[in-house]
Amino acid sequence: MIKVCLLDRPFDPGAFVGAFTAAHPGLGAVCTFVGEVRGGDGVAALELSHYAPLTLSGMEQLASRTADRFGLIGLLMLHRVGELRPGEPIVCVSAAASHRRAAFDAAQFAMDHLKSRAWFWKREKRGGQWSWIEPRAEDYADLARWD
Amino acid sequence: MARLVFLGKLADVAGAAECAVKPGALADVLARLPAALAVALLDERVRVALNGELIAHPEAVILADGDELAFLPPVSGG
Repeated sequence: MIKVCLLDRPFDPGAFVGAFTAAHPGLGAVCTFVGEVRGGDGVAALELSHYAPLTLSGMEQLASRTADRFGLIGLLMLHRVGELRPGEPIVCVSAAASHRRAAFDAAQFAMDHLKSRAWFWKREKRGGQWSWIEPRAEDYADLARWD
Repeated sequence: MARLVFLGKLADVAGAAECAVKPGALADVLARLPAALAVALLDERVRVALNGELIAHPEAVILADGDELAFLPPVSGG
């Protein structure tokens, strides 16, 4: 089962992952990654904007490509949009497979592609001022290792 | 009318997330925008989607009534 969601309010990754693993009895491995908004560094808020006609369909394509490439039993892919506070979950990927290696690799593959390819724009608020977050070279390097 | 949609920091340059424009060839549409915005939209890293589909040759677009053209700057990563 592939489940992909854009969420516009705070979510509990554990509740989603619990339901996801329960839906796949007999799986051998599940690897879950949860990304949270980093605190410190004066960041008061992070805002994610997206483009509805492209963002969700792009994530769905990535999810099915990931599931095919690693032979997954199931894949859960959740991403927040809107305004978030430090400590809030922003992304959750959970990959279910027969064996651990595929589950680990699929979660990393999905995250590397989500970070650098998915249609999200982020800006952060510091000292009452918003500023856009630019692309980072590391994200492209993370992606290149899957070529 | 047709609609232009500005994502990410292009919305700041435009001063709005979207605007209504007179249909026509993209070059003519851009010529009627503020110069700073037109230059930002023409950045080669900006991708363009017509009615929700990415297109390879935006310069060839002729906007019809009701079309939506979105300008997508590089995504943020991080």
